[in-house]
Amino acid sequence: MNILSEAAVEKALDKKMNDVSYKMIGQDVSVYYGDKRALYDVNLNVRENTVTALIGPSGCGKSTFLRTLNRMNDTIDGCRVTGRIALDGDDIYDPSIDVVELRARVGMVFQKPNPFPKSIYENVAYGPRIHGLARTRAEMDAIVEKSLQRAGLWNEVKDRLQESGTGLSGGQQQRLCIARAVAVSPEVILMDEPCSALDPIATARVEELIHELRANFTIVIVTHSMQQAARVSQRTAMFHLGQLVEENDTDKIFTNPDDQRTQDYIMGRFG
Amino acid sequence: MSISLLLLLVAAIGVTGYVGGNRRAQALAGGRLSSLHSRPGYYGSLVAIWALLPAIAVLLVWIVASPVYIGSTIRSGFPEAVQAEPQATQNLNYNMVGAIARGLKLLTPEERATISADAAAARALLSSKGVPLAADPAPYMVEAAQNLDRMTTTSRMIVTVLVLAAALAGAVVAYRSVAPRLRARNRVEGVMLAGLVGASSIAILTTIGIVASMLTEAVHFFSMVPAWEFFFGTVWDPRFAAAGATDSSGQFGLIPLLAGTLYIGFVAMLVAVPVGLFAAIYMAEYASSHFRSVAKPLIEVLAGIPTIVYGFFALASVGPFLRDISAQLNGLATGSYASFIQAQSVLTAGFVMGIMLIPYVSSLSDDIITAVPRALRDGSLGLGATRSETIKRVVLPAALPGIVGALLMTASRAIGETMIVVLAAGVAARMQLNPFEPMTTVTVKIVNQLTGDLEFTSPQTLVAFALGITLFFITLCLNIYALYIVRKYREQYE
Amino acid sequence: MSQVTTSPATAAFKASVRPERRDIGLRRRYASERRFRLYGLAAIAFGLLFLFLLLSSVVSKGYTAFLQTKITIPVEFSEQVIDKDGERATDPKVLMTANYPVVARNALAKVLGVDPGDRAAMREVGGMISDSVRVQLRDLVVADPSVIGRTVDVAILAHGNVDSAYKGQIDLGVDEKNRKVSDRQVGWMNQLAETGALAGHFNTGLFTNGASSRPEAAGLGVALVGSLYMMLIVLVLSLPIGVAASIYLEEFAPKNRFTDLIEVNINNLAAVPSIVYGLLGLAVFVNFAGFPRSAALVGGLVLTLMTLPTIIIATRAALKAVPPSIRAAALGLGASNMQTVFHHVLPLAMPGILTGTIIGLAHALGETAPLLLIGMVAFVADVPATPLDPATALPVQIYMWANEAERAFVERTSGAIIVLLIFLILMNVGAILLRRRFERRW
Repeated sequence: MNILSEAAVEKALDKKMNDVSYKMIGQDVSVYYGDKRALYDVNLNVRENTVTALIGPSGCGKSTFLRTLNRMNDTIDGCRVTGRIALDGDDIYDPSIDVVELRARVGMVFQKPNPFPKSIYENVAYGPRIHGLARTRAEMDAIVEKSLQRAGLWNEVKDRLQESGTGLSGGQQQRLCIARAVAVSPEVILMDEPCSALDPIATARVEELIHELRANFTIVIVTHSMQQAARVSQRTAMFHLGQLVEENDTDKIFTNPDDQRTQDYIMGRFG
Repeated sequence: MSISLLLLLVAAIGVTGYVGGNRRAQALAGGRLSSLHSRPGYYGSLVAIWALLPAIAVLLVWIVASPVYIGSTIRSGFPEAVQAEPQATQNLNYNMVGAIARGLKLLTPEERATISADAAAARALLSSKGVPLAADPAPYMVEAAQNLDRMTTTSRMIVTVLVLAAALAGAVVAYRSVAPRLRARNRVEGVMLAGLVGASSIAILTTIGIVASMLTEAVHFFSMVPAWEFFFGTVWDPRFAAAGATDSSGQFGLIPLLAGTLYIGFVAMLVAVPVGLFAAIYMAEYASSHFRSVAKPLIEVLAGIPTIVYGFFALASVGPFLRDISAQLNGLATGSYASFIQAQSVLTAGFVMGIMLIPYVSSLSDDIITAVPRALRDGSLGLGATRSETIKRVVLPAALPGIVGALLMTASRAIGETMIVVLAAGVAARMQLNPFEPMTTVTVKIVNQLTGDLEFTSPQTLVAFALGITLFFITLCLNIYALYIVRKYREQYE
Repeated sequence: MSQVTTSPATAAFKASVRPERRDIGLRRRYASERRFRLYGLAAIAFGLLFLFLLLSSVVSKGYTAFLQTKITIPVEFSEQVIDKDGERATDPKVLMTANYPVVARNALAKVLGVDPGDRAAMREVGGMISDSVRVQLRDLVVADPSVIGRTVDVAILAHGNVDSAYKGQIDLGVDEKNRKVSDRQVGWMNQLAETGALAGHFNTGLFTNGASSRPEAAGLGVALVGSLYMMLIVLVLSLPIGVAASIYLEEFAPKNRFTDLIEVNINNLAAVPSIVYGLLGLAVFVNFAGFPRSAALVGGLVLTLMTLPTIIIATRAALKAVPPSIRAAALGLGASNMQTVFHHVLPLAMPGILTGTIIGLAHALGETAPLLLIGMVAFVADVPATPLDPATALPVQIYMWANEAERAFVERTSGAIIVLLIFLILMNVGAILLRRRFERRW
């Protein structure tokens, strides 16, 4: 390090400042459920290898926005999305983009743990199996083990991989779901209030996990709890009544937000 | 006094009781209705209930008990020689006595005297009054008939008095008990509750009735034909004997019937299960709500069509069609235009039954599939699975127990189905494996054995009850097991 | 709203680098997806196709049953044939037993110009007319003996074979020996049709006549009345009993062994094969209680027992749908449990209950098997006056006609099925309308 010239250091720092690469870009995103409009022209970008938290009172549209990122809204009858959402610069609503492929790249973890009524092993192997990611049994075993390790579940379940995933505790189930999502090796993981059904200890465990996963994945998390957003995220976006109020570094949002509404929400004046 | 007149009188007492009770309550209240525990109508109802219930109870006891009592008294008065005869003959005798007694009522006193003097004249005389007799009555019968007539008249008089007395007494007692603090409403509601309990126990009574009635007759049958010959016999040949003959030399083997039942049911399930399941999957997972709202009721129309219509469809359209098409195929292949599918065959019956069962499979499975939580589907779709992968790998395995239950229920319907097989399966009880040949089923044989003249003493008739109870137990077991599975399944996702 | 966001301007965006594309077998997976979807559509199409085939085969075979070919000719009620010796004033039997078919045959022969001496031709002329003409003319003469000696225009039923031939159901290309109408009869038929004497009329007999071995004279009268009696009995018994049982189970029953037993029982009774109910009816109502065989009363009782579980299940669902807040409101005002149920819950549940009842009745109307066992397969020619008289039922009549060999009975059978289906459609449409009209969203 010492041999680097001052100029080189300067340049490197500069590069770091400008080297904000955006994994996903949302431009003027609006969502309609039938005649009802749920999102109003949201412009929000997701940085690579960053945890972005979406906060706001219930019904503010944060989950709706999250679900547009891997087109889970497609499964809802009468749902319509306008605007542009891009993953690595490609519009994901473009007809040439395949939704299956998209979801293999943008995985999702849901509010309530939803392990399949299969064995733990099969739960994790499900994604790689349907996408044909493992050619041999050994490869599959490796994927399962690595995913469970990344989800911090390996030590707890390695001796009972053939037992049903629904037999685990709530917190373990949610980590299993995370392992299941990780097993597909997605680039982005969307988490929709992943801890709302968990007790505080399980929540702490999952938060720790999110922290670790950041190294390899881009994470967008919807959360109801401002403390959680403050703990796990680097960037925070505040939604209110279907609109994006502001988006900034988490520290800034929680200490000195630009918008009065964010201030009020964080102070607990509404929500 | 006729029963209907008696009932009318009792009803009149009841109405009077209601009015009386109502008035008395109002009078006791003296204009301040709030001093009464219940509204006056309840007092009236209470009096009416007390008038009606005991009277009707007495009447019911009489209706059941008096024929039994009178019958046994009259029979014990028969000459000893007659009493030594077999039960069936005795019944015939008693029936003739009853007929004579009915005729006696139509006769003038002089004519009665002639009959008492000369039993042989009775037949002609009575038939001129519109009461035909099967044979010339024996002298003891005329005497017995006169006894019967006398006893019936007396018992009628007694019951009239008893019923009226019970109604009046009940009404008076209840009327006198009317007081402001009497909890009339609670009592009336107590009687209503008892009525509700009674109504719900009809379900149990029906089951008991089914089991008891069939078991009695079946036991009767097994006293003539050994049970193992029935359950393990491989030949069905009941040999309809001439009426009255007690020769039970026929063979009653259940196996060929059971084989036919299961074979036809199997063919039906072969049609209904894939079609019904795929239809259910499409309805539950793919169809737009608009498509669903049109197609689902249309498919369910198939379940609303009476089975006799399917039977006729099989008999008049499908059977001949299969026969002709097989003749054409055979002709193309071998040059001989002989049909190898018979119009009445396992295939015809099974196929049409399968169509009938499609809506059962589809709507039961549709319910089960829709009950799989959305979260599981989202979980799979969120990982990038296609819809069909989600269905095949997540939804169906999760719904499997429920679907198995639904299929078992459908199978029990296939086994118990009657009209399609009666018209389309044939009557030949054979054991063979060719689906193009006719076979017969348990239900067909129940119908065959019980249509026409019946005699409740011959094994040819009674075997139907043995078949019936077999059918009942098979379907009962299937259903109980299926309900158990489905209930477990639902609890899992609630 | 975009000005609220703090994101840099679009131009400054720098998209991350797209990682290498993975092969996840999309082409193969989408092909299998399409196949799977297609199976589902094919299954539904298969079901609908057979619904269509079934209905169209019945309708195409049966719509002609509503037309009946009649021959309207002047009939001379010749005293010579009817009452040669002039005994009718003293002996009423003469008019009952007179040879009416000859009267009709002579009348037709006269219209056709056939020589009464040609016996072979006269036999064929006789074959044009239904055998039921005996009863038809007899009733006419007995009702008004003054017609004897006069000539009156009478519309006589054509023979079943002529009826079929006129409706084009007999292939006239077949060799004459192998079909039921001769060339000469067809010629006469066309001749009569040209003059308008032979024509199709709306078949009122189908709805009024009883059983007959002659297809052209067979009707659904007895069956309709029998079915009507049974439906009334089912309605009168099963609705109150079913509602009472449901109220108890849903509103009052404690959770104990006894109510569990009832529940299991009801669910199972709903699935017991209908023929078992027939055996029950035969053993209990006919054999044990001594009710008359073939009577609508027994049929009604059997169908009541069969329908009860359906009605109970529907009623309980309707009661369950009434929100507990209604009960709480009534109880809070001091109403007793019984008053709450009868004043508030039951009226609110009524549309659902009635819908369930109608559907249960529709099922009972189409049920055949149990009625066969209690002897309703009888040849009943007279319309039953009370539910205790022998009767048949609509589906049973269909069964009996389906077993008849003659071509004309196929048409009758299909016609009867159409009648049955129309009743069922009306009932179901009624149920749907009821549901639509009173559907409540809580």
